[in-house]
Amino acid sequence: MRGRTAHPYMANSVPAIQQEMLDSIGVDSIDELFSQIPADHRSTRPLDLPPALSEAELKRHLVGILSKNRTCEQNLSFLGAGAWQHHVPAACDEVVRRNEFLTSVFGEPSSDHGRNQAWFEFSSQLGELVDLELVGLPVRSWGSAAGHAMRMAARLTGRHEVAVVRAIDPERLSVIRSYCEPAEMAGHIAVRLIDYDPATGLVDLDDLRAAVGQQTAAVYFETPSYLGIIEHQGAEIAAIARAAGAETVVGVDPISLGVLASPVHVGADIVVGTIQPLGVHLHTGGGVGGFIASRDEDRYAHQYPTLLLSIGETLQEGEYGFGLSLFEQSSYGLRDKGNDWTGHSVYMWAIAATTYMAMMGPRGFEEIGGQILQRAHYAAQLLSEVEGVSVTFPQGFFKEFVVNFDETGRSVDAVNEALRDVAIFGGKDLSEDFPELGQSALYCVTEIHTQSDIERLVEAIRKVVT
Amino acid sequence: MSTQPQEYQAPVWNEPVIMEMGYPGRRGVVFSDVGPDIESRVGPVADLVPAGVRRRQPPALPELSEPEVLYHYLRLSQQTLGMMGVSLFGTCTMKYNPQVNEELAWRPEVTEVHPHQHEDTMQGTLEIVHNADLVLREMSGMDQFVFQAGGGAEAAFTNCAVVRAYHASRGELEQRDEIITTIQTHPCNAATAAAAGFKVITLMLDENGYPSLDALKAAVSDRTAGLMVGNPDDMGVYNPEMKEWVRIVHEAGGLCFYDSANFNGTMSKIRPREIGFDACMFMLHKTFGAPKSGVGGPAVGAYGCSAEVAPFLPAPLVVQDGERYHLDYDRPQSSGKIREFFGNVPVVLKAYAWVRSMGAEQIAQASDLSVLGNNYMEKGLLAIRGITRSHPDATSPRMEMTRYSVQTMKEETGVDVHDVLNRMSDFGVDPAWTSHEPWLVPEPFTPESGEMYGKEALDLWVAVMQRISDEAYSDPQIVKTAPHHQAIHRLRPGVIDDPDTRAMTWRAFRRKTGR
Repeated sequence: MRGRTAHPYMANSVPAIQQEMLDSIGVDSIDELFSQIPADHRSTRPLDLPPALSEAELKRHLVGILSKNRTCEQNLSFLGAGAWQHHVPAACDEVVRRNEFLTSVFGEPSSDHGRNQAWFEFSSQLGELVDLELVGLPVRSWGSAAGHAMRMAARLTGRHEVAVVRAIDPERLSVIRSYCEPAEMAGHIAVRLIDYDPATGLVDLDDLRAAVGQQTAAVYFETPSYLGIIEHQGAEIAAIARAAGAETVVGVDPISLGVLASPVHVGADIVVGTIQPLGVHLHTGGGVGGFIASRDEDRYAHQYPTLLLSIGETLQEGEYGFGLSLFEQSSYGLRDKGNDWTGHSVYMWAIAATTYMAMMGPRGFEEIGGQILQRAHYAAQLLSEVEGVSVTFPQGFFKEFVVNFDETGRSVDAVNEALRDVAIFGGKDLSEDFPELGQSALYCVTEIHTQSDIERLVEAIRKVVT
Repeated sequence: MSTQPQEYQAPVWNEPVIMEMGYPGRRGVVFSDVGPDIESRVGPVADLVPAGVRRRQPPALPELSEPEVLYHYLRLSQQTLGMMGVSLFGTCTMKYNPQVNEELAWRPEVTEVHPHQHEDTMQGTLEIVHNADLVLREMSGMDQFVFQAGGGAEAAFTNCAVVRAYHASRGELEQRDEIITTIQTHPCNAATAAAAGFKVITLMLDENGYPSLDALKAAVSDRTAGLMVGNPDDMGVYNPEMKEWVRIVHEAGGLCFYDSANFNGTMSKIRPREIGFDACMFMLHKTFGAPKSGVGGPAVGAYGCSAEVAPFLPAPLVVQDGERYHLDYDRPQSSGKIREFFGNVPVVLKAYAWVRSMGAEQIAQASDLSVLGNNYMEKGLLAIRGITRSHPDATSPRMEMTRYSVQTMKEETGVDVHDVLNRMSDFGVDPAWTSHEPWLVPEPFTPESGEMYGKEALDLWVAVMQRISDEAYSDPQIVKTAPHHQAIHRLRPGVIDDPDTRAMTWRAFRRKTGR
């Protein structure tokens, strides 16, 4: 019997209890209970792991390693590009760390009632932001949401090509391609990239018209786009898609929806996007999450790969509960015949997001959207006054914008290295993924950036480039 | 078994849906003004948004103060049983989520780090990810792990993407379009294989509780891309012929993936690579002590593979170069991304911390205890009237789970498994897991004792089942009308699926009910 000292995580790690249980079963040793594992399956040697640590040692060990990090609290960060630094109210963190939520399971609607209600409130509030009645439980990322939406559109139309804007996060595009399957597969969905107008960053409508046809299952664009641009040609894009019989799928950042209209009003059929800005920290990338929303029509409802949670009356009149709806169409219900697949996602971030949306309310979203717009434009205007620095698309953006350093003779990499020395994280380097933009970086400014933060950035860049 | 279960009363807050709460003008969070300099420089907000895409109507969100929101959600947390009593949710390996790991993962060195930061500024993070990789390699025998998958199903999808890239590199992907799995392997394997574009061949069980070698031999061919299989399966049945399975699939040219979702009973006892598997997946949010978060994540399906398969992993990988750590994106044969960035770092940290707290000896003991606990419970549960187990004639002990049935109870009393599950919660015990679809065993339930709970908790669980069985045979209405002590009653049958009543949002609910 191993483990002379009981381990704090295991109540039965006391030899006498184990003996009681063995006596009850009627076997002599625990090893006998493993008799179904053949000898030639057994490990060839015992586990060789670093020594076990007490809680105090463990904390010291990990805090020591973590101290090698530099954070976006200690530094002034202008990184966005898929994970964005917004203020997270402390109440969101308190709610999202509740053990009852963290350690819950899929029991019965009655035993999971509070958590289910929180999830329903997530979908309900997000539904108000996007003006749609059908919102699934979250998927693992924006890219995952977009990938699933492409597959939904392919099933809805029976077609196997999607038109996707080229001004897209390369990480997200890579995920979409994984979902659309390589060309060798029978179910392959071809991804056709649509140019953006080099002057405005908007979708190139001529290119879109040329690309979209009877083969097109979906047209996918984003607003704001990866390059930060508010796509205001949504109605034209949706009309082109509709004329070809294709679905219009639009990606959004919901934190913009207090000032920007939901793309539903210009003809979006499926809306996807991120939920990370809604009360979730960066978590080194672990904060990402995505959503899928549409009109509440059978045509769409039956294609959702996500879990769906419906409100419903209980056996007691006037009392309501929440349960999984259309479960049988999921991969849990139908295995390989279900819609794509589902599984662990980022459901705790749905709880953070519902708390956030409830605290924000309509005025909060309006205010934050306005603040972001003004602060970001202030930063862009000041930066464009620095000698050799320009803002590639100076109008019509939300919180991110492209800053070009070509005329300074310096690379983004060199600028960012110098900025790190003064505790600033410069924007995401675009020069590899978007070579046509030259030495450019994607800067992100949100409500957390004060006037003095912005001016500090501008002065630091001025010093670096002159 | 002298434990007498006590009835429990859940908090009944009658909490309204938040959309019904609030008062116009209340605020839960405010933002400071941009100030006159910014305002005068960039002008009003309205001028910064093209007219055609401005929001016209504010979103119909509730208007609440901060404490109103906070206490609403705290009350909802109280109305979630969530392992506050005993939860033995099979296939999910309920175990302790150490508080110290939570505390560490919520430090700003984790929460306030951006994944696009220069690697010089996140050496700590990369070191932890690399350390986690090393301990998982030792436990599995694999050569490289990647943490991009945000859950077990996504790790299964990762495997499908890697298998595609592997066969494509050999020019065989068009020909190799079949994935073989088994009916008692988690549904995500079949589902991700299909979504990845493969034809799925699902092997059924024979009388031993696992598919026969002949069935496998009949399924493999030059079209076989790979095998995706769990062992033990979702019923705690270990397939002793797995080495031969791997040999047969390899001989046919396929890759073998071991879904280690049910690893708790076999950790330290076997290494998937030593059995011959090319790749495996560990649930860091189950087996490695991180929270499952409502069986919903954020989670990590850590995907590990052999050196031969590693070139096809999704980028980036965390690699060590002397004293420094890098994110390696230069992987020309990579399958492409599964999810943005490089994984749920907080979950990876928690898993690494769990391994360091446990050490090799205690990890071995955890698997001992989970199998001991299951067999201990089996003795008690099979003594209860109306309860049977799957494959009753198979003599070898089950591993960390056993699949039971209340079909006999249903036939004799009319009480079905959902009645039983609902009644369980009246004693503060989380309803057990039934079974993945399809239900091969009628009216199934599947407890998994794990290593966290003490003998008293396992005794209580068995005693609750005994009590419910007694009630079923003496006064079945008590069970059939359960729960009696929960926050709400059972849902009206059908309302959440009927298109006229189902509503996934408040606005759909209002339209359909005319409220």
